[in-house]
Amino acid sequence: MNAAANAQSTGYNFAYLDEQTKRMIRRAILKAIAIPGYQVPFASREMPMPYGWGTGGVQVTAAIIGPDDVLKVIDQGSDDTTNAVSIRKFFAKTAGVETTTETKRATIIQTRHRIPERELTAKQTIVFQVPIPEPLRFLEPRETETRKLHALADYGLMHVKLYEDIARHGHIATTYDYPVEVAGRYVMNPSPTPKFDNPKMDMSPALQLFGAGREKRIYAVPPFTKVRSLDFEDHPFKVQTFDTPCALCGVENVYLDEVVLDDRGGRMFVCSDSDFCEERRAEGHRGELSGEEPAFLKTAPAVEGEAT
Amino acid sequence: MSASTAQTSTIATGFADPVIAAQANFHAAMTALSRPGTVTTLSAGLIAPEPLTAELAAVALTLADHETTLWLDPALAASAEVVAYLRFHTGVRIVAKPRDAAFALVVDLAGMPALSAFAQGTDEYPDRSTTIIAAVQSLDAGRHLELAGPGIAERASLSLDPWPSNLTAELAANRAQFPRGIDLVFVSAGRVAALPRTTSVSEG
Repeated sequence: MNAAANAQSTGYNFAYLDEQTKRMIRRAILKAIAIPGYQVPFASREMPMPYGWGTGGVQVTAAIIGPDDVLKVIDQGSDDTTNAVSIRKFFAKTAGVETTTETKRATIIQTRHRIPERELTAKQTIVFQVPIPEPLRFLEPRETETRKLHALADYGLMHVKLYEDIARHGHIATTYDYPVEVAGRYVMNPSPTPKFDNPKMDMSPALQLFGAGREKRIYAVPPFTKVRSLDFEDHPFKVQTFDTPCALCGVENVYLDEVVLDDRGGRMFVCSDSDFCEERRAEGHRGELSGEEPAFLKTAPAVEGEAT
Repeated sequence: MSASTAQTSTIATGFADPVIAAQANFHAAMTALSRPGTVTTLSAGLIAPEPLTAELAAVALTLADHETTLWLDPALAASAEVVAYLRFHTGVRIVAKPRDAAFALVVDLAGMPALSAFAQGTDEYPDRSTTIIAAVQSLDAGRHLELAGPGIAERASLSLDPWPSNLTAELAANRAQFPRGIDLVFVSAGRVAALPRTTSVSEG
């Protein structure tokens, strides 16, 4: 999409939110950066989409985005799901910014439940949509109590939960929303990303911002900050592994989605990060199910030249 | 005619384009706070009444409004023009005690009260603390500081002029009471840098 096609619509302030709201969110973001992993309360606004569809992430993006930014939005790693397309269109319309699906071109990446496979750079900011920001919420429902536990850095409850996992299943069975300790102090919810993505948060060159609209919290991990997944000496943190490479691009050691192919148990595993997979296929990588390269894609002289 | 002349002489103009200018200034401050030691461009884009610098005014107009409290150091508070300018453009509540302030504007860093005089936040709400925005002569000459902490890959440094001799020790005490603490933003002509409460500072 080019910028001209995204002519900004009139009747809205730049990036939808009014300036007073942006100032309030910006103040919360600066505090969040200064206190890594601490959830800063903010006066979340009603957005033109339901709670649960990324209202927190959208408000954070709207507060930081400028006319020169290039926005990418992913939902479970994919650029082309309804939520991702809608949010991209929302900002193309209200801010007139350029949008992209390419991770390497984006300056702001808003995400639901994944971190791109390609390593982020210092020029990028990643904005997470967060449903439940409080890691202790399902262990202690009272806000007054969880706030006290954070103040005292008392995270024993969380270790008990992980221990109970081990007692019941023989290993830590938490696979997403896996709690992390940020900069040696606050325990934080990384949003429901698979735990596969937790190591990417550690010492990431990109600024990571988290917005929870319904729960009215903003938090952050500054660049180059220690992010440690909680574990035990005898049960160290481990990420998911996959037995097969991506069926379309053949890559290994990335996060894969399972796709059911038929009603006889046929299934394939493909990259969850659609841009990463497309980029590899464009480079000529082929997977088990990608088939022969279609004739019209072959640049005949070059291929024959290499063959001879 | 004479009334309008009097009007323009009392209150100087704010941003020409408040939406775009506020975003650019916020982005500069966000980069400075998330990457301590990094000095970024801050194009103030306004004219502020003396002794308020254009950069201090730009940060104040970007972040302060009727929901926030602001403390002015004695040099700024003494100027009726500065007070009128900030009130007119932001609607901010100006407070007399540093402890009540969400933001503090400082032009005389040497005469600034001790960091412990400002709001420190509480253990439950460490975000309820003062952010100090101080104007300095230079962000690349003067006292050389070695920085470490979140936002810094290995080591970073920053040079500040002026640098009060007691501030390094005060920052160490500030760092020690994390998550409570003060965040400092420094501005010079067209530039901004910051020392959030997470940064450990040593004189190198």
